[in-house]
Amino acid sequence: MTRPDRTGPRAVASTFAGYAVLVFFALVFLYPFVIQVANSFKTEADAAANALSPIPSPLSLAGYERIFAGTGMPVWLANSVLVALLVTAGRVFFDSLAGYALARLRFTGRRGVFAAIVAIMAVPGVVLLIPKFLVLNQLGIYDSYVALIVPLLADATGVFIMKQFFESIPVSVEEAARIDGAGAFRTFWSVVLPLARPALITLTILSFQGSWNEFPHTLVAVQDPALFTLPRGLADLVSGSLGAGTQYPLKLGAALLATIPVAIIFVVFQRHFVRGANEGSEKG
Amino acid sequence: MSGVAVPARPSRPSRPGAPPGPGRRPGAGRENAAGWLFVAPVVVILGLFMVLPILMALWVSLTAWNGQGSPFRAGVEVVGAQNYTRLFTEDSLARQDFMTSVRNNAYYVAFVVPLQTALALFLALVVNNRMLRGKTFFRTAFYFPSVTSSVAISVVFLFVFANSGAVNGLLGLFGVSGPQWFSDSRGVLHLLLSGLGIADIDAPPAALTSGGPFGLTWWDWLSGPSVAMCSIIALVVWTTSGTFMLMFLAALQDIPVQLEEASKLDGAGRWQRFRYVTLPMLRPTLFLVLTLGLIGTWQVFDQIYVMSQGDPAKTTLTPAYLSYRTAFRDFDYGSGAAISFVLFLIIVLLTLAQRWLLRGRGGGRI
Repeated sequence: MTRPDRTGPRAVASTFAGYAVLVFFALVFLYPFVIQVANSFKTEADAAANALSPIPSPLSLAGYERIFAGTGMPVWLANSVLVALLVTAGRVFFDSLAGYALARLRFTGRRGVFAAIVAIMAVPGVVLLIPKFLVLNQLGIYDSYVALIVPLLADATGVFIMKQFFESIPVSVEEAARIDGAGAFRTFWSVVLPLARPALITLTILSFQGSWNEFPHTLVAVQDPALFTLPRGLADLVSGSLGAGTQYPLKLGAALLATIPVAIIFVVFQRHFVRGANEGSEKG
Repeated sequence: MSGVAVPARPSRPSRPGAPPGPGRRPGAGRENAAGWLFVAPVVVILGLFMVLPILMALWVSLTAWNGQGSPFRAGVEVVGAQNYTRLFTEDSLARQDFMTSVRNNAYYVAFVVPLQTALALFLALVVNNRMLRGKTFFRTAFYFPSVTSSVAISVVFLFVFANSGAVNGLLGLFGVSGPQWFSDSRGVLHLLLSGLGIADIDAPPAALTSGGPFGLTWWDWLSGPSVAMCSIIALVVWTTSGTFMLMFLAALQDIPVQLEEASKLDGAGRWQRFRYVTLPMLRPTLFLVLTLGLIGTWQVFDQIYVMSQGDPAKTTLTPAYLSYRTAFRDFDYGSGAAISFVLFLIIVLLTLAQRWLLRGRGGGRI
């Protein structure tokens, strides 16, 4: 039996089939976004009649005008930026501090703390909805920026990723600094952290993406529309509690605004996302 | 769960956790203080907003607290395990809703997990083909939906599956008139049985409607996911396949090229190579993907909240959404908390079962 492997009609056919599959699935995965962008610029009648068409006719900015004039969108956008920036800064700093301590410093109870971190990673997020509300309510911070931000300032997965990373860099560098008499924080801040750039970038991106997209937490932390972040505002806009009806151009435009920042970061820092996905998976 | 135990360092004079005593390293006290100082913010935040809440909710799940005042006041009625037993033994609306939500979620899991795993593996194999160019672009395209906001994506799919939306428009091109996705509560298994002429969906057989376990009839249990749920299944398969594709890709790139070449020389065909060389090498990743899928799908919440709120006819109700609704819409926090703990237990049991299955099969690094 002969098997023409890299040339010949069979190979050409198989290459062609490969591209056909790839292009088909690229359409399946990207066309919904094309539809989203196109329909956000349509009139309501056009969006209802020609949902599939990627070209708005006529081009209409009415959806966007109403997003900014008729909904809480400007406030939600500002809140989302505030929450994402603070949470990202908090997570990067606190997670790497803790990750470093768990990887390098010998202190009583270290194993216990690490075991607890691993256990917390395994707790499914949705079962925490009511519990979180209870604590925020009991502490008297329900429906405030504090409730929206502080509980998200540290996350177990981030600590785990940083610990794994710090364990992978050689100890010798730090030991030199230690011998020179630098304290633990000095060593961490000016010797170890600069070496950790790749892990810090990954953690920054994961934290920004996570906090920008965060939805369930906002559901049990706040109820005042002035404290909503974008996903929360968008969800209430769509599920009708803010009375938006079927205005698809408006909803799709609002959803687009919620997607753009992460999309930009994704395109720029692609390889870090890839690494993050695989590192997050190894926690098992 | 790799690395639960911190590797012991027997050469060190002082192990972590060892009582302070003579012969300790100089500066160990300072290092101890520094260590605790470093982990303090994380310990406080996670303790206060992850551990403490679980304990408080355990207490609330034993009460009939209605959201008024503090659940730890003296006046709050303690009902013991009643919130839990009601979900299983009492013939009540609470049990009917809970069992309906478990049924819905079970069908959802049974569809989403195999579909997303198969699609992810398939995409990874195609993208990994060395003969093709433009891999980075396609990988990016397939992964992009995974990183976007679940709420925003749900909004897009509400429009895509709308009555006059893209999916029905596409079906229309083929002369098929699509269903009204989000108001169609008919189960697809019922539709299938009806279509095959085995059972009539409008007049189900009396043998199946007269009784059944846990307050639902056999006919109810055999519904399959509703048409509305199918649109959510499509959305979730579409969003999560990309993440799992990346995991398969990473594993595929770890397979030594020589192995593949050798099997080619041995005259193995494409399918045989996949079946006897690639697939066994992917086994650890496959189990990881299945486990993560199983854990994730039992937690579906955001999509339900945005797209269907449990409707139509409760066919997209899931335990996670039901627990939220019971607490925050019906103000029955005790029952809501009890449902979340039962869900927690389901997820833990499934994870343990998966781990146990793995053990015998050399699951590798998971």
